[in-house]
Amino acid sequence: MALKARSYANAHVIPLAGRLDHDNSEAYRVELLSQIEQHAVGGAAIVLDLSGLKYVSSAGLRVFMLASRQAKAQGSRVLVAAAQPMVAEIFLISRFNLIFSIHPTVRDALAAVSAEAAEAFDKA
Amino acid sequence: MRIRFWGTRGSIPVSLTAADIRDKLARALVAASGRRFASFEEAHEYATRELDFSLTHTFGGHTSCVELDTGGPEYFVCDMGSGARPFGAHVLARQGRRPPTVNVFMSHMHWDHIMGFPFFGPAYMPGAKIRIHSCHDACEHAFRLQQAAPCFPVDFDYLSASIEFVRLVPDQPREIAGVTVTPHLQLHAGDSYGFRFEKDGRSAVYTTDSEHKLENFAESADFVDFLRDADVVIFDAMYSMLEAISVKADWGHSSNVVGVELCQMAGARHLVLFHHEPANDDATLLRLLKEARRLEELTRGGRALEITSAFDGMEIEL
Repeated sequence: MALKARSYANAHVIPLAGRLDHDNSEAYRVELLSQIEQHAVGGAAIVLDLSGLKYVSSAGLRVFMLASRQAKAQGSRVLVAAAQPMVAEIFLISRFNLIFSIHPTVRDALAAVSAEAAEAFDKA
Repeated sequence: MRIRFWGTRGSIPVSLTAADIRDKLARALVAASGRRFASFEEAHEYATRELDFSLTHTFGGHTSCVELDTGGPEYFVCDMGSGARPFGAHVLARQGRRPPTVNVFMSHMHWDHIMGFPFFGPAYMPGAKIRIHSCHDACEHAFRLQQAAPCFPVDFDYLSASIEFVRLVPDQPREIAGVTVTPHLQLHAGDSYGFRFEKDGRSAVYTTDSEHKLENFAESADFVDFLRDADVVIFDAMYSMLEAISVKADWGHSSNVVGVELCQMAGARHLVLFHHEPANDDATLLRLLKEARRLEELTRGGRALEITSAFDGMEIEL
């Protein structure tokens, strides 16, 4: 699995797609933490674009939590954007809405990071 | 097989406060909206049929104690939490003067799971037989310790019943009074064990005080096998998913979300949320139940999984 980040000023958007469950959560963990290690530096924020993510299991939720922890340890933060209705509801049920800043669109998340990030997104 | 829940709370017993009761009464009066009742029976019928669960029930209550009524002459019960006191009264009332035989299955010996035994009536009845089954070396020691001075006025040696400690071996099925019982090791401080009970093609699994490390796929697969096709799974759902894997990770408990997932993977028919967090009030427990049902609905692949939340006094017929 390869995750590819897109950069907008001081924010990096990482898209996730498909299902994140017991079968692939370990691969996701390795790849996502690697991306965060690489990009969550110098105060840059990470936005997880969940528009392509159809399902997340408890094992997948754990990956989100580990990603948030790693970003925090690097002086950064993780925002969540554009979750499909089912994934958004799973975040609520699992109480993960309490530890993530959740936004309806990627642009909203970028605007929450900085005006520069939102502007860069608009120009892209 | 009928399952009766005598104690469903985790860690320490709780009860409604006077303020809680006034709150339920006030909300019931508002719901009745000036309606008049000619008799207590009529009002009772209205409360039973029309008022919301949150007004007419409470989750209670006592700590872990769950009876499996197999239809045979011997009693089966999981854990001796404070619910063992009303369970003992039930046994004595049902037996009359006939001494009972009670088979106890201990998940582990933490205090909330043994604290009811000094108040378990049949232990004081001459002729009664109590067989305490467990996989722990320290089981008898724990039962004796909590009744030793200065903790309790009646020493274990003064109990009148014949009390036998029976050692079970994990994953080895044992035939006990017509029921096949299989213990299974679980992740909890000092180890705990779940029990699978099978009789006449029906199966019930009691699995409390059990944490599930989601990254450990072998453990998940192993546990799914333990729950496979069970008619009922009584499951430690003490925390929310977030709590279970963050601030309360390694505390040895699980969540409603993991309960749904494991039961779906195992093809179980009925999930019972159990071992409620003592800090959770009735409204919070109802919300956790509704959310578990919604998650099941969202993620259902095949047959629907029935989900209930255990309360003291609840009964399930298999």
